[in-house]
Amino acid sequence: MKIVTCIKQVPDTEAEIKWDIPKGTLKRDGMDPIINPFDEFALEEALLTRENYDGDIIAISMGPEKASDVLRNALALTVNEVHRLTDEAFAGSDTYATACVLASAIKKIGDVDVVFCGKQSTDGNTGVVGAELAAILGYSQLTYVSKVRQIDAANKKIVIERAIEGGIEVIEAKLPAVVSVIKGINEPRLPNLMGIRKAAKIEIPAWNADDLGIDKAKVGYEGASTKVVEIAVPPPRGAGEILKGELEDIANIVTDKLIDLKVIK
Amino acid sequence: MANDVWVYIEHKDGNASPMSFELLGIGKELADNLGSSVCAFVVGENVENIAKEAFSYGASKVYAVEDGVFKGFRAEAYAKAASFLLDKYKPEITLFRATSQGTDVSAASAASLGFGLCTDSIGIKVDGGQIKLTRAAFGGNYTVTVVNEKAKPQITTVRPKAFSMPEKDASKQGEIIKESFSIAESDLNTKVLEFIKSEVALNLVEADIIVSGGRGVGGDDGFKMMKELADVLGAAVGASRAAVDSGWISYEHQVGQTGKTVKPKIYIACGISGAIQHLAGMRTSDCIVAINKDPDAPIFKNASYGIVGDYKQVVPKIIEKFKTKLNK
Ligand SMILES: Cc1cc2nc3c(=O)[nH]c(=O)nc-3n(C[C@H](O)[C@H](O)[C@H](O)COP(=O)(O)OP(=O)(O)OC[C@H]3O[C@@H](n4cnc5c(N)ncnc54)[C@H](O)[C@@H]3O)c2cc1C
Ligand SMILES: Nc1ncnc2c1ncn2[C@@H]1O[C@H](COP(=O)(O)O)[C@@H](O)[C@H]1O
Repeated sequence: MKIVTCIKQVPDTEAEIKWDIPKGTLKRDGMDPIINPFDEFALEEALLTRENYDGDIIAISMGPEKASDVLRNALALTVNEVHRLTDEAFAGSDTYATACVLASAIKKIGDVDVVFCGKQSTDGNTGVVGAELAAILGYSQLTYVSKVRQIDAANKKIVIERAIEGGIEVIEAKLPAVVSVIKGINEPRLPNLMGIRKAAKIEIPAWNADDLGIDKAKVGYEGASTKVVEIAVPPPRGAGEILKGELEDIANIVTDKLIDLKVIK
Repeated sequence: MANDVWVYIEHKDGNASPMSFELLGIGKELADNLGSSVCAFVVGENVENIAKEAFSYGASKVYAVEDGVFKGFRAEAYAKAASFLLDKYKPEITLFRATSQGTDVSAASAASLGFGLCTDSIGIKVDGGQIKLTRAAFGGNYTVTVVNEKAKPQITTVRPKAFSMPEKDASKQGEIIKESFSIAESDLNTKVLEFIKSEVALNLVEADIIVSGGRGVGGDDGFKMMKELADVLGAAVGASRAAVDSGWISYEHQVGQTGKTVKPKIYIACGISGAIQHLAGMRTSDCIVAINKDPDAPIFKNASYGIVGDYKQVVPKIIEKFKTKLNK
C-alpha cells in the first residue's frame, strides 16, 4: 500500500507573529515552528496503517527551508520517504493553491491508496485543504475521521467513522481516499533517539514548481483568489466586572444578570 | 440574477436543520446592499417542504436539485450538485454555515470550480460594491479581512451564531426553480453504512448556553456538578483541553483552537485559566462568566463577570439561586 501524509509546519501559538504587510501573509521564517497539532494524528495514523497493512509512507510538506524540521521528525518516526514542496512561486498561496501543489506532488508520487491529512491547521485554521485535495484528485473525500475501521487495498475499499454533529457516521468508500483526521483518533508516538540520529543526517529532498509541473501563475500570491486586505487586533473584550462581596450576594447578582439576558428558558 | 446572494440549506431525514436558515438574515442584508435578492439552494431527494420553510425565513427564490441519489448527505454527491448550480447561475456570493456539512460541500465545490474560499467568517459587509469578509486568524489573536478578486461566485462558510436568526413569517412565498441534475450511483465513491447517534443531547456549537469545566474542576465529580448546572440552564457542557486530556470528558466537548469554536450567548468557565488556545474557541461568546480561585487567571481579562473563588462553593450556590429564581 502507498500511504501519503500531508504535514504542515505552523508557528507556535504563543510565538510572536510577524505579518508581511501589505501581502497579508505570515512571515514564516524566523518564527518558532511546531508540527501542526492535527498533523501529528495524521502521521501516527499513517504509521499505524503501515503496521497493520504493510506499505510505504511518503510524508510531504509545502513550506520554506524551515519546514524541513517537520519532515525530519517524520523520518525519525521511520516514514519511508519525504518531500518538501517549495518554490518562490508558492509563497502566499491560499487554500486552493496549496491543495493544487499538494495534489501535484501526490500525482507525481503516483499509485497512492490513501492520503492522511489533519482536520485543520492551527495557523490558517481553514480546515478545507483535505476536502479540496480530494475534489482536485477525484479521490474519496473522508473528513472529520475519528476511526479507520478497515482498509482493503486489494479490493480498493476503506471503512471509516466520522465524528460529526449529533453522532458518528460510518462510511465505506473506494480507494484512493483523502482521510482527514481529528484529535483522539490515536495517541501520537515520539521518535526514539536512534531515529532522531539517523534522520539528522538525511538531506531533505525538495520539489519545485517545475518538478511538479505547476503553472506558476496559478499558485502563490499571484494566483490566490482570496486576498487579505486588512489585519486587525480584535478589540479587547474589556475586562468586565469582578463581583466582590459575600458569596450569597455574588450568586444573587450573577444569576440576576444572566436571567436578565433572557436566554435562559 | 448574477449578483444574487445564495444560502445553502442543510437538512437531515427530510427536515431542514433548525439553524439552517440562520444565514438568510445576513444574506438579505447583503442582497439589499448589492441591489439583488437572497436565494436559498438545496440538494436532496425531496425538497418541497424545505423550500417552503426557506421562503418563510426570507428567501425570495429557492434553487433545488432533486433526485433519489441525493437521499441522505454525501459530501461528494452534494458538492457535485452544488457546483453544477453555482457554475450555472454564478451568484455573487454563496454562504454556507461552518458545520461539517457546510465545510465539506463548500470546499469541494470551490475546488472543483477552481478557486479558493474564505472559511468561518464572523463579519461580512459590502464596501464600495465589494464584499469584505472578516475572519479570526491565528488563534483569534488577529482578525483578517479578505476579498475575493477572481472567484465567481465567491464562497464562504460563516461561523454559526455569528449573525442572528431572521424572523419567520409563514405567509411569505417564492419561486422554486428545479434543475435536473443527477449522478449515477456507480460514479460515487462513498456509501453511508450507518449513523450512530451520540448520547450527548446538545450540540455544543448550536447551544445558546455552555457551562465549561477545566483542570480546576478536578475530575469526574467536578463534571457532574457542571452537568447539574448545565441541566438547570438547558446548557451544553464544554471543557478545556486539560480536562479532556485528563480523561474526565470526551473530546467532542473540547472548546478551543484544537477543539470546537463556539459563540454562545452565555459561556460559564469554571476552573479554566484562559490560555490563549482556549480563548481562541470562545472569546466571541456574548457574555462570559469566569469562576476561578486565582484572581490573576487570564480568563478574568476576557470575562464579562468574574467570580474569584472555589467552584465547589460558588457553583452549588449558583445552582441553588437559579433553581429558586427559575422555579425549577
Ligand atoms: C497547539 C496547542 C493547542 C491547544 N488547544 C487547546 C484547545 O483547543 N482548548 C484548550 O482548552 N486548550 C488547548 N491547549 C492547551 C492550553 O494551552 C492550556 O494548557 C489549557 O487550556 C489549560 O486548561 P485549563 O485552563 O483547564 O487548565 P489550567 O491552565 O491548569 O487552569 C486551571 C485553572 O483552574 C483554577 N482552579 C483550580 N482549582 C480551582 C477551584 N477549586 N475552583 C476554581 N478554580 C480553580 C486554577 O486557578 C487555574 O486557573 C492547546 C495547547 C497547544 C500547545
Ligand atoms: N503547506 C502544507 N503542507 C502540507 N500539508 C498541508 C499544508 N497546508 C495544509 N496541509 C494539510 O491540510 C490540513 C488542513 O489544513 P488547513 O485547511 O490549512 O486548515 C492540514 O492538517 C495538513 O494535513
